[in-house]
Amino acid sequence: MDFLNAIILLLNFTILPALTYGSQLALGAIFVTLIYGVLRFANFATGDMMSFGTMFSVLLTYYFQSVGINFGILPTALLTIPFAVFMMIFYMLTIDKFVFSYYRIKKSPPVQLAMVSVGVMFVTQAIIRIIIGPSDRRFLDGEKFILKATEFKEMTGLNEGLTIKSTQILTVLVTIIVVSIMFWFLNKTKTGTSMRAYSDNEDLALLSGIDPKKVVLITWIIAGILATIGGILYGLDKSYRPFVYFNNMLPIFAAAIVGGIGNPYGAFLGGYVIAFAEIFLTYAYKKFFSYILPESLEPNSLVQLLSTDYKFAISFSILVIVLLFRPSGIFEGKKI
Amino acid sequence: MRQYSNVIAAYSIMLFLIILVGVFQSWSIALSILNYCLISAVMTIGANIQWGYAGLINFGIMGYTALGGLAVVLVSVAPVPEAWSAGGLSLIFCLLIIVVIIFLIKYLIKNKNIKNKTFIISSVIISGIIILRFISAPAIESIESVDPAKTGFLGGLGLPVLLSWIVGGLFAAGVAFVVGKIALGLRADYLAIATLLIAEIIVSIIKHEDWLARGVKNVIGLKRPAPYEIDLQNSEWFINLVEKFNSTKLNMITSISERKDQLSQLVIDASSIYVKLCFSGLFLIVVVALLILTQRALYSPWGRKMRAIRDNEISASAMGKNVVKEHLLIFILGSAIVGLAGAMMVTNDGLFTPGSYRPMRYTFVIWVMVIVGGTGNNFGAILGGFAVWFLWVQAAPMSLFLINFFTANLPETNEIKIHLINSAPYFRFLIIGIGLLIIMRYRPQGILPEKIVKH
Repeated sequence: MDFLNAIILLLNFTILPALTYGSQLALGAIFVTLIYGVLRFANFATGDMMSFGTMFSVLLTYYFQSVGINFGILPTALLTIPFAVFMMIFYMLTIDKFVFSYYRIKKSPPVQLAMVSVGVMFVTQAIIRIIIGPSDRRFLDGEKFILKATEFKEMTGLNEGLTIKSTQILTVLVTIIVVSIMFWFLNKTKTGTSMRAYSDNEDLALLSGIDPKKVVLITWIIAGILATIGGILYGLDKSYRPFVYFNNMLPIFAAAIVGGIGNPYGAFLGGYVIAFAEIFLTYAYKKFFSYILPESLEPNSLVQLLSTDYKFAISFSILVIVLLFRPSGIFEGKKI
Repeated sequence: MRQYSNVIAAYSIMLFLIILVGVFQSWSIALSILNYCLISAVMTIGANIQWGYAGLINFGIMGYTALGGLAVVLVSVAPVPEAWSAGGLSLIFCLLIIVVIIFLIKYLIKNKNIKNKTFIISSVIISGIIILRFISAPAIESIESVDPAKTGFLGGLGLPVLLSWIVGGLFAAGVAFVVGKIALGLRADYLAIATLLIAEIIVSIIKHEDWLARGVKNVIGLKRPAPYEIDLQNSEWFINLVEKFNSTKLNMITSISERKDQLSQLVIDASSIYVKLCFSGLFLIVVVALLILTQRALYSPWGRKMRAIRDNEISASAMGKNVVKEHLLIFILGSAIVGLAGAMMVTNDGLFTPGSYRPMRYTFVIWVMVIVGGTGNNFGAILGGFAVWFLWVQAAPMSLFLINFFTANLPETNEIKIHLINSAPYFRFLIIGIGLLIIMRYRPQGILPEKIVKH
């Protein structure tokens, strides 16, 4: 019984949150990695682009709520995804047309493109703050919990409760769907193959008749979908705040590099590596040990490896370690 | 002289703008903008050494700025003896353990005959962390409980604050050495991300280790290398000076009590301007000294070597230049200058607020300064620091003016107008971002481009 309690405890406080957070990071990391693989630059506007898409979802959710449209027990925000994705792709293509394409055609070094993306970051951040302001917004509605702690305790008779938030299940499910469609697209369709060819060797791809404009267009479209959905899922699970989204860029970068930048599979797994490491290393295991150890051995302290203040620092340290020992990432990078 | 004509023109425009602020807003505001411009100029000199001379992209400026600020606290604040007796010894012991761990890992990495190296190293690290936590946790707790509202930290050494500027540079240089060893082998954009994330680690340590510098509880009332306003207002010579300066204005007032009120008001204004002038003088000395040094370095054989490495790493190493060593050296030098700037900034503010170190303000804006001003040209970098900081501060009033101008026809209750006026502060991001994009596109070498001197 104690053993079961311990497992439920871990499931409730570490594994479920880590899976959710990992999925959100994974979507962002695939976004970073796609841009890096196909367009060949580190996009510092990542966090703000995610925030831009989410902003439309928040505004539309408020609008839908005001006219009385809802999605039953599911959050209304899910209904707004197509519109938000559309706006996001439109914005990305505009930016690409007026800013990035010039440097791409000139074949500028990646560093210059990264600096340009810093400019885009400033502009995007300004637009977001001018439209919606910097404050904290919640836009989750519908059923909040799938399983409440008290219900679970009644059902099983265990001491530990298991809470499953609807956003947690939603995040994991939506991520699985989106990511599997994307991998299917990249591997099985002709357009996806041409994207991979372009990412592997641009000159050869051009020689074999692949249209670079089309590849770039498709990349931005996929990136827009991933960024918006990732942003909306994060916003539903926590809350929407522009500054937080900007900060999330950092663990997302860490996830992409840890997985091997340019490699979507790596980025997907990298997101979970970062999330699990962050949560497992900062969780206080006192209660867990009090269940599985005999009473005489019970720990007095919190049994916490690092305090929760260092959540972000952990993901960055993992990045540093990976860069030291495997600079190309856990899974070989620079491949789609 | 002619080759410097555009430099002189650009600097006079900048000076003129600051004087305009002085005339139209107030001299106090103009001077504080000037001071921050000078601090930004020091930061851009540091960033420009790395990016302009050597092509190293360092997004970790925020971390080194914070380290400089930390140095001010650790050097100038008076020590807290109660805290030292409560847990100082165990913390020193912890420091020793950290040193031992580092040397142990170094030995393990070098030794080639050990099997399962990764496993042994990681177990050393994990057991080290566990031992450290066991020793430090009670010590930290007892230190932080010493008068938590006022101290709750070990305090500093109580030395003069100007010394801390040098120490700030040394701190940053030391950390830059470690970071450079780890990250400098990486490709340019990886290096940018890695340095940014390492800077975040540094800042989060400073933020959350309360025993070191009170963390997010901030340290206020730091020492100053300039006199305090309140002392000035009570000193005879200063009042006489102000009286002398404003004698014509004061003589027009006939009633004695009114004259006295007027004088004391003038003394209060003048004291704040005097203090800011003192800071400006100090900062100006630093900027000019750094400018002379960096300018001499740029045109020395060493500077030529750096440019050769930047422009073609492979051929430079074929000529026998040690690329790795030079990169590390310049990374350390640039970071040390940024650390100095961080110390100057905290001294100017008189308070250390670790929570305020954010990548937006302390990395990306500084980079915009370098790019806009002119990479590889020290005059350009300083100009960029001035111009961008000026925009950063004055963007909100400027955009407010523009919003009012364009929405003049709309009624006061118009929702769009109210929304725009409320979001005026965010137009600074828009202006800076668009400015950066325009410069990158139409003048990628910056306002004052790099000058190649042919010998």
